[in-house]
Amino acid sequence: MSVAVLDRVEVDYPGRGRALGPFSLNLASGGITALVGPSGCGKSTALRLLAGLEGPTRGTVQRAAGRGETSVVFQAATLAPWLTAEANVALPLELSGMPRAEARAKAVAALGRVGLKGAERARPAQLSGGMAMRASLARALVTEPRLLLLDEPFAALDEITRRTLADDVLDLWAQTRPAIVFVTHNVEEAVYMADRVVVISRGPGTIAGEIRIDAPLPRPAGFRVTATFREASEAVSSLLAKGSEVAA
Amino acid sequence: MRRLLEALAPFTLITLLLVVWEAGCRITGVPAYFLPPPSAVAVALVTDPQSLIEAAWNTLSVALVALAIASLSALTIAMFVGLSPLLEKAVAPLASTLQVTPVVAIAPLVLIWAGIDHPERAVIALAVLVAFFPIFSGAVTGLKSADPDLERLFDLYGANRLQRVIRLRLPASVPFLLEGHKVGAGLAIIGAVVAEFGAGSGGIRGLAWRILDASNKLQTARMIAALVVLGIMGVALHALLDRLERAGMTWWRGR
Repeated sequence: MSVAVLDRVEVDYPGRGRALGPFSLNLASGGITALVGPSGCGKSTALRLLAGLEGPTRGTVQRAAGRGETSVVFQAATLAPWLTAEANVALPLELSGMPRAEARAKAVAALGRVGLKGAERARPAQLSGGMAMRASLARALVTEPRLLLLDEPFAALDEITRRTLADDVLDLWAQTRPAIVFVTHNVEEAVYMADRVVVISRGPGTIAGEIRIDAPLPRPAGFRVTATFREASEAVSSLLAKGSEVAA
Repeated sequence: MRRLLEALAPFTLITLLLVVWEAGCRITGVPAYFLPPPSAVAVALVTDPQSLIEAAWNTLSVALVALAIASLSALTIAMFVGLSPLLEKAVAPLASTLQVTPVVAIAPLVLIWAGIDHPERAVIALAVLVAFFPIFSGAVTGLKSADPDLERLFDLYGANRLQRVIRLRLPASVPFLLEGHKVGAGLAIIGAVVAEFGAGSGGIRGLAWRILDASNKLQTARMIAALVVLGIMGVALHALLDRLERAGMTWWRGR
């Protein structure tokens, strides 16, 4: 079953020309898809189409996930500085009309799931970069979305933190199995986290190719040194290189 | 040690200037109506302190009332403007025209409108006019200052307009509002004094009236005494608001 379908979509921005397309993508429910491409290839645009935050200039977007069933995590944690971690996480629930006490209880539970137990009262300014990103993840997960969109979520973090977070995201995914789409320009991160890597060519983005990664999710320990991982990374890299050549 | 020196430096300079001023007056024997020595100003400060404090309070209370009115009206209008880009386009040129018009130029007109029996209303209205703009432009900027990605999240969560204003744009504008009120409070005092001058003698017995009154009587020491009080009042208010701003920012940021 599909969660969202992009069918030959094209997006033009006034003054900038074509940003994306023609581009088609069918997202199966429960799958983890990585969109990889050079900067400016329109991957974030594709993500905004999937979120319903933007409409295509041409083509159609079908979304099975209704209001409140889609969550987005941005490159920055994007927390409201004036709210505590708990209030930030409870925000989507409270906006949809859930009683405050119930929303807060769910928020506390969601913070616990991302490993932020005890930080409920902390303000974003008191959290480290990794902790703020976790709070942002908790806010995305608290609505129990069917579609979780991550826009270069770990780009601003250090290597160790991003690796831990990658494993944590996969563990969290295993609990409720939402469809995840994440945008990255890091080939290894894409191969490690996704069961399907879609490579986008230099802008305006079209699909340069697609690699399936045939390995269990969440990843077993030492997955990064397996032949599967290395071969998939090589394949994605060469597709990326080819996609960049086409336009150059 | 260095901090102590830094704290003492301004007082040392003031004392030095006062000594030079006092000595200069005594040596040259310049007439007191032209330049009274600081000792004469000090005498003017301590004789009849009651009326001086009353005058200061009259000016300060006008400024505070004006600040409150300016704050409420600026916030209300900014919210409506924030909800409608068309309204903002409509208001912008009018607002900037009013802002660049000097308050002294408007004073006579406002005095006529307030009526000859109510100069205090005119003075408050003029102080409001001056204090309004920094708060208003701070609020307009602040209401648009929310992180665009947070705005997108509110789209995603299906927030309505009211939720967006109350839960996102208003709290996001707090730093701008704090700054606007700090500048607005300083301007409210200036506005109150200028408006008192415009209103002329009698109506409002504030510090400006005292300066005018003393000037008419050539009591130069009294004029300077009133100026000293005005200066101290301004500095104290500014320091207080600076503190408030910092406390507000700490509360807002949580650090």
